[in-house]
Amino acid sequence: MTLDKAAFAHKHHTHIEPLEVKITVRGLNFWYSDFNALTGITVDIKKKAVTAFIGPSGCGKSTFLRCMNRMNDLIPGTRVEGKMHLDGADIYGPGVDPVDLRRRVGMIFQQPNPFPQSIYDNVAYGPRLQGIKKKSDLDQIVEESLRRANVWKEVKDILGRGGLTLSGGQQQRLCIARVLAVQPEVLLMDEPCSAIDPTSVQKIEDLMAELKDTVTIVIVTHNMQQAARVSDFTAFFLQEVAGDPAVLVEYGRTSEIFTSPTDKRTEDYITGRFG
Amino acid sequence: MDKRTTNNIAVGVLWVAAGITVTVLGAIILYVFINGIRVLSPEFIFTWPEGVNSEGGVWPTIISTLYVTGLAMLICTPVAVLAAVYLAEYAHQGKTVSTIRFAADSLASVPSIVMGLFGFALFVEAMGLGLSMLSAALALSLLMLPIVMRATEEAIRSVPRYIRWGSYGMGATKWQTVGRVVLPAAAPRVITGIVLATGRAVGETAVVFYTMGQAIWLPISPLDSGRPMTVHLYLLAVEGINIPAAYGTALLLMLMILGFNLGARWILKRYRKV
Repeated sequence: MTLDKAAFAHKHHTHIEPLEVKITVRGLNFWYSDFNALTGITVDIKKKAVTAFIGPSGCGKSTFLRCMNRMNDLIPGTRVEGKMHLDGADIYGPGVDPVDLRRRVGMIFQQPNPFPQSIYDNVAYGPRLQGIKKKSDLDQIVEESLRRANVWKEVKDILGRGGLTLSGGQQQRLCIARVLAVQPEVLLMDEPCSAIDPTSVQKIEDLMAELKDTVTIVIVTHNMQQAARVSDFTAFFLQEVAGDPAVLVEYGRTSEIFTSPTDKRTEDYITGRFG
Repeated sequence: MDKRTTNNIAVGVLWVAAGITVTVLGAIILYVFINGIRVLSPEFIFTWPEGVNSEGGVWPTIISTLYVTGLAMLICTPVAVLAAVYLAEYAHQGKTVSTIRFAADSLASVPSIVMGLFGFALFVEAMGLGLSMLSAALALSLLMLPIVMRATEEAIRSVPRYIRWGSYGMGATKWQTVGRVVLPAAAPRVITGIVLATGRAVGETAVVFYTMGQAIWLPISPLDSGRPMTVHLYLLAVEGINIPAAYGTALLLMLMILGFNLGARWILKRYRKV
């Protein structure tokens, strides 16, 4: 089933107040070779806010997230149709280097993935890629990034230790610091809390609230309480029939989606009737 | 037969099979040790052969062996590692890659005497390098190449995908990701592969026999000839002139290879922790 795109876009423009838009998506289709995974996705991701993608497993929300920094390009046979603009510039336009894009649109993964190097080298990785060599500059970036990621206090005396010696939750915050070190404008988080302990989840959620003053955050989560707690906007994805492409069923302010969803399917999902 | 009896028999058979392996290894080591330890002394290690090169020490042969092995390692490592990076990261995974991989595996199973003959024809004769350290090192590096290449390829492939994603996800190019994240992460296993291949080269006889010559000589230039330990051992034994010295050399050789293997394990263990 596909939604009427125009009607859909219209509906949502009318009841979302005009916050500045960071990423504009219009009629996006996505293929893994022959499999049409997403169809007709139209959404405006608001600047300096947290947007949550929710939906059952396999509904394409992670796939859509990876479209935003072209990580899907790394998977052979994938294809994108439709419009996706970052600050008005086409993400898939000719001459766009995915490498430059990914510096502006950073990503955090489900599995904390520090490099098998020291904590310091992990955070300094990005700045070094950009050619920053001076020790004092790197020191400053490393400290600032670790502070922003709420992990500085725990690691400031062990910066030379391997990143993999930290606990899972600390590793995830180290990875966030690593991404923040290159000053991304957008932070994509693909279920960042599903592989870590509850205390660290709390810390990462607090962190998101602090970061959204400077960074646009998009988070994929299976945990609806988490979506309700951390996000300003929520998008509900659904693949109704296995093998069919997934669609974006409903998008709006989190408070509205969770209290008065307009679509029956959203309501059913949120009240736990399926998924 | 009831289940418990079957189980006991199975365990017994497995135990015997494992026991045979350990016993054979133990017997060889013990035999060489008992026969070799008698002649092993600082003089044996650090002095030159005397008479018809059957008496005295083995010092120049140790140096020849270390020289040629080191040189072979220097020649082989860059080629093998870069080839492996290409295969694992860049090459379009398909027919070409599996052909190259098959070629590497076949290269690894070429009998070393054939490799020696080939090395003799190509490096000694055709390229005119003569019987020398360089000829022998080039021939040995052919032998080491597939071992190091496959070890490196496996090591690169074992670096988890999500670690690469972490690098790509913050705007690193493929080359940056490979050079700064993947290879350092794979390094312990790559080094282990190099050390094991080097151990193999230390013990190699046929290849060096054809390509290095037999002159008792302390090699300085890569074009110098020499006599490696394995060839010395072979000549001592086959001419029956000094069997105890042959065992002494054999023991020394085994200790060196044991050292290499322990070194490889140590490297792997040490860097795993990071």
